[in-house]
Amino acid sequence: MSTTHEPLLRLRGLSTDIRLRRDAVHALDRVDLHVDQGETLGIVGESGSGKTMTVLSVMGLLPAGGQVVGGQILFDGRDLRDLDPKRLRRVRGAEMGMVFQDPLTSLNPTMRIGAQVAEPLRVHQGAGRAEARERAVEILRRVGMPRPDKIVDDYPHQLSGGMRQRVVIAMALIRSPRLLIADEPTTALDVTTQRQILDLIDDLREEFKMAVILVTHDLGVIAGRADRVAVMYGGRVVETATTADLFASPRHRYTEALMRALPESAADGRLYSIPGMPPDLSRPLTGCRFAPRCAFAADDCRTTDVTLTPAGPGHEHACLHPVAEPVPLTAAAGRPRLARDPAEPVLAVRDLVKEYDTGGLGKTAARVSAVAGVSFDVGPGETLGIVGESGCGKSTVGRLVAGLETPTAGRIVLDGADTAALDPRARRRMHRQVQLMFQDSYAAMNPRMRVDAILTEPLEIQRVGDAAARRARAAELLDQVGLPRRALERYPHEFSGGQLQRIGLARALALRPRLIVADEPVSALDVSVQAQVLNLMRDLQRDLGLSYVFISHDLSVVDYMADRVGVMYLGKLVETGPAHEVVRTPRHPYTRALLDAVPTPDPGHTPTRGTAIEGELPSALDPPTGCRFRTRCPLAQDICATEPTLQGDTHQVACHFPLRQERPAVA
Amino acid sequence: MTIPPPGTPTSGDPIPDTPAPSPPGHDPGPGHDPVTPGTPTPGPSAPGAAVPDEAPVRGMWRNGLEVFCENRLALAGVALFVLLAAFSFLGPLLYHTDQVHTDLTKVHLPPGTPGHPLGTDGVGYDQLGRLMLGGQTSIVVGLAAGLLATVVGTVWGAVAGFAGRWADAVMMRLVDAMMSIPALFLFMLMASIVTPTVPMLIIIIGAFAWLGPARLVRGEALSLRTREYVLAMRGMGGTGGRAVRTHIIPNAIGTVIVNATFQVADAILYVAYLSFLGLGVPPPAANWGGMLSDGLSDAFSGHWWLLYPPGIAIILIVLAFNFIGDGLRDVFEVRLRRR
Repeated sequence: MSTTHEPLLRLRGLSTDIRLRRDAVHALDRVDLHVDQGETLGIVGESGSGKTMTVLSVMGLLPAGGQVVGGQILFDGRDLRDLDPKRLRRVRGAEMGMVFQDPLTSLNPTMRIGAQVAEPLRVHQGAGRAEARERAVEILRRVGMPRPDKIVDDYPHQLSGGMRQRVVIAMALIRSPRLLIADEPTTALDVTTQRQILDLIDDLREEFKMAVILVTHDLGVIAGRADRVAVMYGGRVVETATTADLFASPRHRYTEALMRALPESAADGRLYSIPGMPPDLSRPLTGCRFAPRCAFAADDCRTTDVTLTPAGPGHEHACLHPVAEPVPLTAAAGRPRLARDPAEPVLAVRDLVKEYDTGGLGKTAARVSAVAGVSFDVGPGETLGIVGESGCGKSTVGRLVAGLETPTAGRIVLDGADTAALDPRARRRMHRQVQLMFQDSYAAMNPRMRVDAILTEPLEIQRVGDAAARRARAAELLDQVGLPRRALERYPHEFSGGQLQRIGLARALALRPRLIVADEPVSALDVSVQAQVLNLMRDLQRDLGLSYVFISHDLSVVDYMADRVGVMYLGKLVETGPAHEVVRTPRHPYTRALLDAVPTPDPGHTPTRGTAIEGELPSALDPPTGCRFRTRCPLAQDICATEPTLQGDTHQVACHFPLRQERPAVA
Repeated sequence: MTIPPPGTPTSGDPIPDTPAPSPPGHDPGPGHDPVTPGTPTPGPSAPGAAVPDEAPVRGMWRNGLEVFCENRLALAGVALFVLLAAFSFLGPLLYHTDQVHTDLTKVHLPPGTPGHPLGTDGVGYDQLGRLMLGGQTSIVVGLAAGLLATVVGTVWGAVAGFAGRWADAVMMRLVDAMMSIPALFLFMLMASIVTPTVPMLIIIIGAFAWLGPARLVRGEALSLRTREYVLAMRGMGGTGGRAVRTHIIPNAIGTVIVNATFQVADAILYVAYLSFLGLGVPPPAANWGGMLSDGLSDAFSGHWWLLYPPGIAIILIVLAFNFIGDGLRDVFEVRLRRR
């Protein structure tokens, strides 16, 4: 794509500060970017890299204290910083549209969908009520909303997450903007919905001939959708190139490290993790901002101010010691898995059922079927991954196993003892065997307790040792998870997400359990930090012989971590088997669809559209009879109304029409 | 007066987090090698050593005091309260007046009269001295009634919130029922049945002002009960009693303390209301509300010095407690501390 003409949006030396109570954060430092007409620019980076601040600066939506302090924002040749407020409002309102991350909080819960979608028309064009409604219906139809003439009169809470995001997109598009800014548009959504939304943005871009800025932390999303990519780190653009070029030959050391930290590229059975943490932008920084974490940093990196330099057609990077040759991303081979001898399982779950009553007094109580007949085993030192979309019951399984809830039916046998048959005393002791690790460790720690109190709490509850022994154990735990002992005297809010997850793991280890139930332990973390935590979990598993039940929506993470995988759909286990087999040769149509929906960090990989599943997860209040997936399954036939059972030897599937036969077991 | 719950860190990245003073996150964990095999390591680069951990480890109280002191208004509130308390309790030691015997030869003297800097009232009491005496009653009753209401309300609300189910329903419906009767009406009823003395006033006001804190604490307990750290504790095998002791009460205490200051301000106002309506402590005892009531009858005869000083005193002390409450809210609001 040649850029002889002026691009639609060009940022020149854009700098943005955010004033805080005591000091200022230099969120953006001389950012240069451009987006052409009809092009998708991807901006990737970790938390705090400034990717969101960049688009908020363009939109003029900076948070309190935020201010653009330098540079130009050229939109169609005009510098937005020079425009008077009235014209600025018109440009931003009419020619730019923005889609935010969380579709629930970006819609007003008290306004009807139609009124919200048409609000820009009424504000900027003074459209009448009837006309606004008509236009709202039309735009909702174009974003693929079923029955738009009914939905205009609904309220946001009546729609699912994916539908809400479609509404937000419709809102951004109603004035036919020339630039659509999507800030993590799919991060809050499930993979199958994510795919629908990304496809939609792609289609709309062509239809409306607009430019798109796609901001995301997910390299996979970028690879499939963007024409060009800008990689940001520490408030600066460190590399920009066409997507194919960037993924084929990243030049900046940070880009390279980021790609190698992906679970998909764990070639030798171990994830590359970037050590350290992103820079603190409130302090003055000299030299390359990645230098402190870079394995290739030399003295000049710390002293020279590195600017973007061209390194080929359309490829620029800000690195003094760039990657010399294209290093092809090695395809994930999967770690060699040990054939396990059929030892006594640590955990055996049989026909587990959990139903919740809803509805209040007087009404016939409806029952939500959260888990419906799930069975599995977890052997010693083994990791069982449980994957599925939100609402499939995977977290409920985790909580049942951890003894936080009592099953409606079925048995949970932990270490040979049926947990239902325990007296209260034995029940308390049972908790020593199984511990929990949470997605948001900050929420799972009492903010008024210091880390030492947090780590000794399980020991106190189980009355293990005296105070001195408990303190010693807490210090030992911190050593195990690689945190300095000074952390003992600190409070949870003083730690970063990755560190909190380490503390969460340390607390789970305090009682020397045999099994840890980890519920989405890395979902809230950035790629580089995620790699650190995953590696740590694997090291500890090897050293301590732990078993994990690893619950996640992220198939690539589960593939990296788990020995065996169970795929759940609407409370049922639809497929289970060795991780590498399930992920590479799925047998259930749902698993296939789930895998296809996962964006892969490989621009050459184009998913076949036919395999995408449509529609929404049915309500667990009234699940479909028989195979629960049949309402969305492309292969469904009449027989699917009878319930399929899990069949197979090691790679089992509950489907009447499995996609392939089980591979014969290797002798 | 609801207090937002302690903040949780955002998992996305809406604002680049200024990493709070935190130990370096480099991971010399077991078997960690920051450098992958096959890549040369030029230079003695120490990855991860970038963020030196210099922030001193500070205790929660020290930290809290600092945050409190950053709020200028809160400091002003404390100063104001100390000033008013000193005026009321220490003032009479330096400035002797007769607040028992009336002197009808010296009624309605204007301010500036020798010996009476703020003039005298309709029965010849020195206004400045009376202001001191009235302040004593107002402050004592306000503090005591506020504390009583807070303690009763906290216990009631906490029990209801923890117990849940029917106990909660019964206890909170009682609160609702009492709240649906206008408080002032209840006070008047009680005050006309019993003779109001200072202890009696405390009990009467305390007996009805606890409804607010009860609701507040019950709501707090309900939400704290479902927090993930309580869940985590149950996952360790802990019991409900422990949850209440180590997790729920320490996390609700912020709300309670902040609310207590507002409760004191409210109680001072209630004393003023009651006295204004003539249901306060009978003369010769005084309080600011009563003085205001007396002054009102003189408002049209130009005796402004009987009206403004007690009015301003009430405004100042209520403001003082509101400012203090505001400052305490900052202290207990964990989210603000992250900035």
